[in-house]
Amino acid sequence: MDYLNYLRKDKMPHIWCDGCGHGIVLKSILRTVDKLGWDKNEIALISGIGCSSRTPGYVDFNTLHTTHGRALSFATGIKISKPKMHTIVVSGDGDATAIGGNHFIHAARRNMDINLIIFNNNIYGMTGGQCSPTTPTGKFASTSQFGNPDSPFDISRLAEAAGASFVARSTAYHFAKTDKYIEMAFRKKGFCVVEVLSPCPTAYGRRNKSTGKVGHEMLKDQKENSVPIERARKMKPEELKDKYITGVFIDRDVPDYFEHYNEVKKRAKLK
Amino acid sequence: MEKKADIAMNLEWCKSCEICVKFCPQKVYEMGKFYPKIIAPEACTGCKICENLCPDFVITITPLKEKKKLETA
Amino acid sequence: MSQPNPKIKMMQGNVACAEGAIAAGCRFFAGYPITPSSEIAETMSLKLPALDGNFIQMEDEIGAMGAVIGSSLVGVKSLTATSGPGFSLKQENIGFAAIAEIPVVIINVQRGGPSTGLPTKPAQGDVMQSRWGTHGDHPAIVLCPSSVEECYFMTIRAFNLSEEYRTPVIVLSDEIIGHLTEKITIPHHSDIDIINRLKPQSDPENYLPYENTETYIPAMANFGEGYRYHVTGLVHDETGFPTNDSKKIEEQLTRLYNKIEKNHDKIIDVSEYFCDDMDTLIIAYGAVARSAKQSMLKARQEGHKVGLLKLNTIWPFPEKQIVKLCQNIKRIIVPEMNFGQLAHEIEWATRRAIPIIKYNKINGEPITPLDIYNILINRK
Repeated sequence: MDYLNYLRKDKMPHIWCDGCGHGIVLKSILRTVDKLGWDKNEIALISGIGCSSRTPGYVDFNTLHTTHGRALSFATGIKISKPKMHTIVVSGDGDATAIGGNHFIHAARRNMDINLIIFNNNIYGMTGGQCSPTTPTGKFASTSQFGNPDSPFDISRLAEAAGASFVARSTAYHFAKTDKYIEMAFRKKGFCVVEVLSPCPTAYGRRNKSTGKVGHEMLKDQKENSVPIERARKMKPEELKDKYITGVFIDRDVPDYFEHYNEVKKRAKLK
Repeated sequence: MEKKADIAMNLEWCKSCEICVKFCPQKVYEMGKFYPKIIAPEACTGCKICENLCPDFVITITPLKEKKKLETA
Repeated sequence: MSQPNPKIKMMQGNVACAEGAIAAGCRFFAGYPITPSSEIAETMSLKLPALDGNFIQMEDEIGAMGAVIGSSLVGVKSLTATSGPGFSLKQENIGFAAIAEIPVVIINVQRGGPSTGLPTKPAQGDVMQSRWGTHGDHPAIVLCPSSVEECYFMTIRAFNLSEEYRTPVIVLSDEIIGHLTEKITIPHHSDIDIINRLKPQSDPENYLPYENTETYIPAMANFGEGYRYHVTGLVHDETGFPTNDSKKIEEQLTRLYNKIEKNHDKIIDVSEYFCDDMDTLIIAYGAVARSAKQSMLKARQEGHKVGLLKLNTIWPFPEKQIVKLCQNIKRIIVPEMNFGQLAHEIEWATRRAIPIIKYNKINGEPITPLDIYNILINRK
């Protein structure tokens, strides 16, 4: 597979910092698109605002860079009015679960046929490292210089509880798992979320040395501290401190939005 | 030792994060003054860990088996 | 199913907006319940599914605005409707539609404000918000219906303008007009003019989604038709990709401004009543224009030389049309259900050369014909 077939070469190199995991996640997306042989004209890649949301600018699909947190609502309009469009949303932790939290849980509730890839770096990178809804309690950010007082969201469990068809978590280091989960998501109907933990050395690592200061140290941290969900289920909460639980959180066959709405159309036409 | 894979690097896009240097199981790379350099090309097994982990689309690994297949196809 | 055309029926203003949208080719509605606009959403939810269109009740007003932009981007004409608080929430994505040049129609059935204000009572407090609600310099086209029939035809026109100029268009209705039921004549479908967005003629490799053409309006490719381009809310160059080049920024933002500015004559629509022979001019829009017309007719019967200028579009502001009527008049009366949002513009347009009497009512009660008549007779 040649990534250049999918990149807008004149826009490269991308803006992400050295050691940022976002490029690694993007490669997983492109490999999966290539594997499934999707037509580029039938893919819409939609984002909001933030580091992850710069992704659409670099790829040769129908690309839409929307407002902060709102990507899923734009994607909802696209998917409903053109169901054959493969609709992929890329979002960050802040974009998807802070300002866009409402759109996130409701897209899951409706089981809208959208694939959401969340690049979770536990921080607002683009604006200089403010704490996000996934910054762990006590960790440092430019707006939590004495330690974050807030509790973090568990994005995958949130998506699962809100009704998504498929939810999985991987890390940038575990690229093969990421490939696998993205493929499962792309093949599945309904709202599918793949959360990928992505190192942000510039804004997070630099301030929170426990996870490593630079990209390769942070990837190593992911390698050493990831726990598959099957194993995590047997572990005590204190054993799971500072661990990253990865794996498939939910994979269920439930009707997606279109199954329900097509019934609505049928009933409306009978009237 | 017989060469098993071609390594191509587009250093114009490289940001010197050293991920390839640190994660290559065969120690193919070493950090140069600015950019990684290939010091042991013959040690490369074509596993593609460096390619998959390179966030900047710099590295392309072509295992020679694959290359032959492509050429004969 | 088939009824004789044209159809004459009784209809509510909000329903007429929805029917107008459908007649204009709208096949997607995203909204959020809010008084006094909800009948628009309800009518769309009733009508669209049978037409193979789609209705979705979104989680909030912001999401509804995002969804209609997404839908329009794949080529389906799309509508959302709201009132004051929801209109405030939509502003962010209205700005996106403006800079990304995506045709959509937003109906704002005005109620009393600020904030939650007066959900069931009329007002015209969103005049300035409809012009400047979203941040930054941006174009605005705002239509103001004052009857049920105008709800129908102005919604059609709003779609036509949005498609022609690649821009969001706002229909600024109000609680009185929205909840008014009166007679409407619906024309035969073939008698309705429909304008669709200009499609690119070039091949995808050479397509410039934001080309600086002579008309200032670039052709628009729909997503999924082979033109793989980039759409962003960042200031972009003609290719659609973000730019920090000051020359390109100026070029694109000037084009955005010019596409409306240079087409004022085609966009602005006003109706003149008895303006050939008058010493007093009433300028009104929306529900107030109805009262103004009644009071004018009564005053005329009594021999007073009163004319009425009804503004069917309030933005772009009809400066030229107002100035033209101000040559030989003694006073202008501007009744509004706000503290004088448009009167201020009229003062500016006329350079205060003519005394302007503002009549403002903000207590949730409509401005009646008698209110305006009393001003006509008693205020000199």
